[in-house]
Amino acid sequence: MTGPAIEMAGVNKWFGDFHVLRDISLTVGQGEKVVICGPSGSGKSTVVRCINRLEAHQTGTIRVDGIELTDSAASIRAIRSEVGMVFQQFNLFPHLTVLENLMLGPVKARGLGRREAEARARHYLDRVRIPEQADKRPGQLSGGQQQRVAIARSLCMEPKVMLFDEPTSALDPEMISEVLEVMTGLARDGMTMVVVTHEMGFARRVADSMIFMDAGEIVETGPPEIFFSAPRSDRCRKFLSQILHH
Amino acid sequence: MPQHPRSDPREIPDPAGGRARNPRRLLLPVSLCLLLGGCASNTSWGWYVINPMTPNGWTNVKFLISGMGATILVSAIAAAISIFLGLIVALPGLSANRWIRLPSRIYVEFVRSIPLLPMLFWVFYGLPIVLKSMGISFPIDPFWGAIITLAISDSAFTAEIYRAGIQSIARGQTEAAQTVGLNYIQTMRYVILPQAIRRILPPLANQFIYIVKMSAFASVIGMQELTRRANELVVTEYRPLEIYTLLILEYLVLVLAISTFVRWLERKMGSDERG
Repeated sequence: MTGPAIEMAGVNKWFGDFHVLRDISLTVGQGEKVVICGPSGSGKSTVVRCINRLEAHQTGTIRVDGIELTDSAASIRAIRSEVGMVFQQFNLFPHLTVLENLMLGPVKARGLGRREAEARARHYLDRVRIPEQADKRPGQLSGGQQQRVAIARSLCMEPKVMLFDEPTSALDPEMISEVLEVMTGLARDGMTMVVVTHEMGFARRVADSMIFMDAGEIVETGPPEIFFSAPRSDRCRKFLSQILHH
Repeated sequence: MPQHPRSDPREIPDPAGGRARNPRRLLLPVSLCLLLGGCASNTSWGWYVINPMTPNGWTNVKFLISGMGATILVSAIAAAISIFLGLIVALPGLSANRWIRLPSRIYVEFVRSIPLLPMLFWVFYGLPIVLKSMGISFPIDPFWGAIITLAISDSAFTAEIYRAGIQSIARGQTEAAQTVGLNYIQTMRYVILPQAIRRILPPLANQFIYIVKMSAFASVIGMQELTRRANELVVTEYRPLEIYTLLILEYLVLVLAISTFVRWLERKMGSDERG
């Protein structure tokens, strides 16, 4: 597939009267890493949640790998099978072991054999560097470990695109780096990623392009070298000065 | 602003006088005195009627206890149907679409508002006529009449229990299940219900105890269960006090057995969940 991984054109969304997304248009190329930042309530999480239909957009088009996202269950299923998602609150299944968390999707949704699913699960647990936690429950792990399990759970579905919705915001400071390291490794391996985050060091290292959102619209986009050194809009400059010099 | 007399500080009569003026306050001590006094003297109690040491008393006790099987069976089948039916009613009630939610709400509000006894009469005497007019010949005996009534009546409550239990599971769980490709039924089956069941179990057990007690109503349509047996024995022996006391004890034993079982089950599932 040579077209863009994600294409959003003129996407609008309202929560009741509240206009959360205003004419969002963006393109994410295959293998590209995009970091979205902006003040809270700016709609950045909603953008990500629209891409795999956790929220429905009302106007405009969203395409993932050329498939248009519509109300049809088939298009939603097709797109979700290409898109992995990592949440701020991890959302691991607390009643299952780590291994079972990783195997549930592949076995039940993809019909993979248990042995094959387990091999895959152990492979990705290795990759997020916690193979020894396979038989524990999520509640027995630290926040950083839980988030790495959540990343491995997404990878077990072998998605083409990974979405991250503030993956380090719920973590204690000393655990942020272990999660970012895993994400950096993923980026190096060529995964297409859309990351909502306030971790600007990570963004500088990894992002191919930056997006700044405010009040439901995309205010500024650009490659990180220019974005950080010479932001054009006042709103973006103000936001960056607030989060970089605190 | 009108004040309740008891909350008026200017008017505090002596406590005994206040108590005497309220007859409801005497209910418990008086009934206790009657009960204990009755036990102490042999004039008002005639335990011979259910004394297992005498042949006649033993026959009577066996007769009374023989209703236990029917009470347990009817309650268990009704509870099983209600637990299943309640889930079927609850799930559409959780939909985001109000037109899917509506039938579930109507069912719950409607069924919940019907008293058990009228419903029992309707099912036992009325439903066969309805079925017949539809060309279905399904004779409803007291056994199935009781089960149908108890199950339907209880399902409105179990549906509400399911709804509360499922709603208490964080939304992120559903979203995570969707992102790993699970459909609605798989999400419920593997993610939501296993977590919700732990919170649902105690109120569900309450409902089962409620069913056991309500099954006593089935005696009026001729079901041969505990209460019916007691009624029949009272008619021949004229010893309502002793016989109904034993009846109450029979229900007590039954309910305590259920409570113990549920306590054990809760502990088992609770420890399973920890960690």
